[in-house]
Amino acid sequence: MLDRLNFPQPWLSLLLFTIWQFLSDGISGASVVMGIILAWLIPQITQGFWPERPAFIHAWRMPFYLLRVLGDIVIASFSVARLILSTRKPEPMFVCYPLELEHPLAISILASTISLTPGTVSADVSDDNKILLIHALDVNNEQEVIDAIRTRYEKPLLEMFK
Amino acid sequence: MSEIAEYVIAALLLIGGGFTLIGAIGLARLPDFFTRLHGPTKATTVGVGAIMLASVVYFSVSHDGIGISEILITVFLFMTAPVSANILAKAAMHIGVKPMDGTRGNPWEQ
Repeated sequence: MLDRLNFPQPWLSLLLFTIWQFLSDGISGASVVMGIILAWLIPQITQGFWPERPAFIHAWRMPFYLLRVLGDIVIASFSVARLILSTRKPEPMFVCYPLELEHPLAISILASTISLTPGTVSADVSDDNKILLIHALDVNNEQEVIDAIRTRYEKPLLEMFK
Repeated sequence: MSEIAEYVIAALLLIGGGFTLIGAIGLARLPDFFTRLHGPTKATTVGVGAIMLASVVYFSVSHDGIGISEILITVFLFMTAPVSANILAKAAMHIGVKPMDGTRGNPWEQ
């Protein structure tokens, strides 16, 4: 029993504890106790889903990446809003995006970024983690989408997970 | 509360409400399942983002300290919205929902 009282992922535990302190109304004895319980319990339950430890080599690049994504979201949402309000029919397309990233966490970050930026939703990843299927709302050709994602999102992620 | 803060809050609320409305219109107007998937995921991104900023500005000006819980709520939403969109698209491809006429490319079979 005692050997289960450990923290397999100290950073995740610390993050969960800190978030719980912010979510509860001010730091009190109760919130600290509950925070420790959650910081222990959640990593234990989710341990099976982390086959290998996530490796963030250049985590300091993350804020730049997030700023770029936020800017793109604002710009692209205006074009999607214009498309929705116009009478023109959209020209959707399924795009097969060949992935250069290999790390599962990096791929899921890229897929989430693609879904959050307006105009594209990532629909599926092939079983061998090589191809990402993307549904684009309104594009002219496949290469345009692939190039945009490659230079704007995948290159920075590749540098982060090198 | 200063007059500038009031204008900023009002503008952010209008932008947020406007994008949420456009997302809802998109849900009603777009022709097939996969294009409709774009409406709600986008409305949450910009619409909720702007409304959250308004809330942060309001509570920072009227009380002391910035509202960290609003930012956390938005972070959770931004983390979960792509996952739900992904699951919806996967489910649609699994049961073989037909994309609209003129869609190029094929959803693969797995």
